[in-house]
Amino acid sequence: MMTPDLVIEAKSLTKRYPGGKVAVDRLDLGIGRGEIFGLLGPNGAGKTTTILMLLGLTDVSEGTVRVAGFDPAREPLAVKRRVGYLPDAVGFYDGMTAFENLAYSARLMGLDRKDSRERIAAALTRVRLSGSADARVATFSRGMRQRLGLADILLKRPEVAILDEPTSALDPQSTHELLQMIREMKADGMTILLSSHLLDRVQSVCDRVALFNRGRIALIGSVPELARSVLGGGYAIEIEAAGEGVVETLSSIQGVRRVTREGGHLYRAECDVDCRSAAAAALVGRGVSLLRLAVREPSLDAIYTHYFEGAKDDKAAA
Amino acid sequence: MTRRQREGSPWTGFSAVFLKELADHLGSARMRVLEWLVLLTGIAAVVAAIQDFRANSGQDPFLFLRLFTYAKDPLPAFVSLLSFLVPIVAIGLGFDAVNSEFARRTLGRVLAQPIYRDVLLFGKFLAGVATLTISLLALWLLVFGLGLVLLGVAPSTEEALRALTFLVIAIAYGAVWLAVAILFSVLFRSSATAALAALGVWLLFSILWPILVPFAVRILVPSELDLAFGIPSMEQLGLQLSLSRLSPNTLFGESVLAVLNPGTRALGLVFPSQLRGAIPGAPLPFEQSLLLVWPQITGLIATAILLFAATYVVFQRQEVRA
Ligand SMILES: Nc1ncnc2c1ncn2[C@@H]1O[C@H](COP(=O)(O)OP(=O)(O)O)[C@@H](O)[C@H]1O
Ligand SMILES: [Mg+2]
Repeated sequence: MMTPDLVIEAKSLTKRYPGGKVAVDRLDLGIGRGEIFGLLGPNGAGKTTTILMLLGLTDVSEGTVRVAGFDPAREPLAVKRRVGYLPDAVGFYDGMTAFENLAYSARLMGLDRKDSRERIAAALTRVRLSGSADARVATFSRGMRQRLGLADILLKRPEVAILDEPTSALDPQSTHELLQMIREMKADGMTILLSSHLLDRVQSVCDRVALFNRGRIALIGSVPELARSVLGGGYAIEIEAAGEGVVETLSSIQGVRRVTREGGHLYRAECDVDCRSAAAAALVGRGVSLLRLAVREPSLDAIYTHYFEGAKDDKAAA
Repeated sequence: MTRRQREGSPWTGFSAVFLKELADHLGSARMRVLEWLVLLTGIAAVVAAIQDFRANSGQDPFLFLRLFTYAKDPLPAFVSLLSFLVPIVAIGLGFDAVNSEFARRTLGRVLAQPIYRDVLLFGKFLAGVATLTISLLALWLLVFGLGLVLLGVAPSTEEALRALTFLVIAIAYGAVWLAVAILFSVLFRSSATAALAALGVWLLFSILWPILVPFAVRILVPSELDLAFGIPSMEQLGLQLSLSRLSPNTLFGESVLAVLNPGTRALGLVFPSQLRGAIPGAPLPFEQSLLLVWPQITGLIATAILLFAATYVVFQRQEVRA
């Protein structure tokens, strides 16, 4: 049975390549409408394979998939009409201009000329490429190509956008721009599935992530949830305070699990929730002079290393 | 592959693929080079023939058709040139049809659009056939025009019909080689390898096959008559004919011979190398000639379809990823 608010749903999804290699192993996944979902894992984890199965571009060995309410194996066109796809290292026809490349996609989508003209102009503006519409794609940088790839998706006005490694090989500035555009797509009501092997890059945009390795999901949830279940503490707060009894005061606050003195005036508290204001109030109430208070977001990197330490030997494939 | 009930029109996106590929072909430098090659050699052959015709203005009732088949040393006849060059043009059009999509990493993006996979293949194939048709038609019209102007005679309806049939046969012949090239473009990820493989097959059929077949026949069916006097037996000749007809070049040569040379009454033990040799006897009416070459023409078309079907099967099983 389908859960109505799930846009992407996979049950016990398995991909066995000829030769016996199991790339995706009984994957269960549910992605809700309007979410940005991150599929994270090292190279060779099976991310691309999963995405290709969601799009009906490769056969499913076992299990079931539903995307936007359709089975990609049975009704591939219905799925492809509703899903935009940015492949890993997306390519374009280099001899054609950005506009011509998008016009070809628009014709494949069956858009009429007038409609496609408008949509292309809008899409290029959205990805800030309207100035390069008539430049040949051969002259484009990697970042521009990725953005053109997003324009290719925007053109379709899809319910779901699936982005395979959208930030790979981009410099920090381009990455930042691209993530900003992905946020804008979400604001338009699109559901977004993106994959990455660089966890810290995409953690800021993802509502939920799945940590994926060797074809299996190890953990799934929002970043703070994962941090709590993996690292113990959800938040780490750094406090610089001069005065007596800081440790005791902080320890007495509800939600704080552990307080350590890092040396000098520096303390560190691990808590389940963000309890900065409570900490500030308590300390000031005790007459301690508060010098600095900062929350350290839980880092996916820590979770990543924790989970994928054993995965180092599985780096062979892309 | 599991059997699937198809939803939506199986042709969705066909015209988009077809038009893009056609525009690519017509605008490509590669195509222009090939076209000039064919055009110049073709014109040279025809003009040389016309000069000879004017010198000894014969009473040939099919003078116009002789434009296509007349060979003046050192130039080969126009049809022989085409039998040689059409495969090269077709291979030039098809050898990177699919593998270039992998190389450019455009395949995934294109196939994520709402089209079926075979539409991409079919669009590419038909765009290639259309390009061949356009170039051959242009060449054909040019020959026709040269004939009209330089010979000063108009072709009869029968001659025009025969010449038109010849054009259709040449296109079918090109389609076979295009299908070969596209098959290799699916089989080999490197377009250079695909081009070499296709040219290898072309060499096999255009040069090696005519040499190999008689050899093979001697080995397969030894005959005393042959050993003693070097005269092949009927059995040997039959096998030789069947084997040589496996080559699209033979099918092309035979059908063109019968269509352009109304005196041809049978395609038994006549080989394309004897295209020039006029066969004595009254000319056949056009319908009879057509009937004579019908198996050859359908053979060419069937070969193209079979090759395309094989390509389809291979492509359908391929992973989208490079
Ligand atoms: N066509 C194929 N045949 C056999 N194995 C493959 C094929 N494609 C991918 N694989 C294997 O499947 C696994 C998952 O690959 P992939 O989905 O590309 O991972 P990711 O995208 O997470 O890097 C890898 O171990 C890879 O070697
Ligand atoms: Mg991948």
